[in-house]
Amino acid sequence: MAAVRASRISKSYGAFVALKDVDLLVAPGERRAIIGPNGAGKTTLFSIIAGQKQPTSGTISINGSETTGARPDQLWARGLSRTFQRNQLFQNLTVWENVELACSAHYRGFSTSVSRDALEEEIGGILERVNLLGSHDVRVANMAYGGQRQLELALALAGRPKILLLDEPTAGMSPAETQAMLKMMIALPRDMTILIVEHDMDVVFSLADRVMVLNLGEVLADGTVQEIQNDKNVSEIYMGKAL
Amino acid sequence: MNVAEIIAQRRLAPSVPLRLLSALGAVIAALAVAPLLGMPQFVQALIIEILIFSLLALSLNVLLGYTGLVSFGHAAFFAISGYAVGIVGMHVGSDILLTFPLAVLAAALCAVPIGWLSIRLSGFYFLMITFAFAQIVFVASFRWKPVTGGSDGLLVPGATLLGAPILGSREAFYYFVLAVFAICAAVLYAVVISRFGRTLVGIRESTPRMRALGYNVRRYKLAAFVIGAAFGGVAGVLNSLFNLFIAPESAHWTQSALVLVMVLIGGAGYFVGPIIGAAIVLLLQHWLSSYTEYWGLVLGILFIVLITGAREGVAGLVMQGWARMRGKVP
Repeated sequence: MAAVRASRISKSYGAFVALKDVDLLVAPGERRAIIGPNGAGKTTLFSIIAGQKQPTSGTISINGSETTGARPDQLWARGLSRTFQRNQLFQNLTVWENVELACSAHYRGFSTSVSRDALEEEIGGILERVNLLGSHDVRVANMAYGGQRQLELALALAGRPKILLLDEPTAGMSPAETQAMLKMMIALPRDMTILIVEHDMDVVFSLADRVMVLNLGEVLADGTVQEIQNDKNVSEIYMGKAL
Repeated sequence: MNVAEIIAQRRLAPSVPLRLLSALGAVIAALAVAPLLGMPQFVQALIIEILIFSLLALSLNVLLGYTGLVSFGHAAFFAISGYAVGIVGMHVGSDILLTFPLAVLAAALCAVPIGWLSIRLSGFYFLMITFAFAQIVFVASFRWKPVTGGSDGLLVPGATLLGAPILGSREAFYYFVLAVFAICAAVLYAVVISRFGRTLVGIRESTPRMRALGYNVRRYKLAAFVIGAAFGGVAGVLNSLFNLFIAPESAHWTQSALVLVMVLIGGAGYFVGPIIGAAIVLLLQHWLSSYTEYWGLVLGILFIVLITGAREGVAGLVMQGWARMRGKVP
């Protein structure tokens, strides 16, 4: 049973076709990257899988159940979490409060001392995992950009995901911050399925098991890291650069 | 520091909410003692008015300050409950145990379909649809003369309890409003500091993120809308019982705008902001209107100054000043 299956996904905006008959099959525990030049349809496909956009045609399944048209909160209940390309954080709250809000989705109802202890332990654990424990009381609006990207990851992890969608997690980061983020992503549990859209090829090839290449809304190539690195068509669309 | 140490440190940190609650409690206690020390009746009337509008502004703040929904029709619920008190009082009975809950229920029930439709929109469109609904309530109260009295308004029977008239004296009504305000403010406070309240803040800060975190955003927005309407309804009941009269102007857009201004001047998103805002607006109105009929002009200038210079209102200014004094702001 596939963790994520997209079957013949198409998406049109009037006459413009953003995606055309895209198929994607991600096995449980697999780390799959989606790459392609700007306008290839990566973010559109990502948003359709995450429930933020509806496909014009085609179906999406998560862990064997069809989820086409499901809302993001319904997908969350099926174990799907995501990060955003542009930070979607609670700017006026502290780092701790951000993660608390994210974790609280698992602790609805009246607060008890047992649930409070468990919640605090979970928040602390997540912040430790993304190296933000030391900044727990910093207001997000006062944080450096790199820290905010780490918090993006923390909020997604607070969903206790079985499937994690990472939308350009290292976008805008310095090389050092990118390396730190890559380390965190590599350290994620191997049974967690990861789908990542990323422009940084070093990150893609260090993290992914398989890579799908989109170009002009269609699948150009799909294979292992090595197969993609040796694919001439893929090299061509990256302006002749060797991958 | 490890996780356990940070958790321990957080638990030891002083609780700002408790401090705030204590300060509010002290103000309410002072207001309770004031009539015993000879507070004049006209001051009592002014404080009754401030408390009623503070409650209305507090209820709007659940939407505006905590959920980020700018409603331009909140007065509709104020008027619906106000009319409900009068209509039930005239046709069924004026016992406060009947009129009060029925009127609040009427406001909350009307908020369900209005909210259900309105929360499907956001930003400017949400503002406009709430404005449109309030205008419907205004026109209905204006035109439905057999029920509402039309432009003449409706006389509201004085409250009774088990057949005996109550709240007849200014002082009795003052204490009644003070008690209702204290209870409602405490309940609203509990709401906004609860997980539910935190969720509303999350929706205000980033709706896409809250959806991705598994929250059914529409359900929370609707709940906030109905809670706001219900407490706005409580203010409407108090207003009707205080004036023993209700007119279509209660639902007019200028009334919704006035409450919006109160919240913004006081500080949206700060619990005490609407109380400060209501007090400033009403005190200015009473003070300036004895000198000039153009008191609204001064209020408008104050509003412009605050909106351009201090977007978080008076409460925001105070909190920022406090944070600076404690060296918490860079």
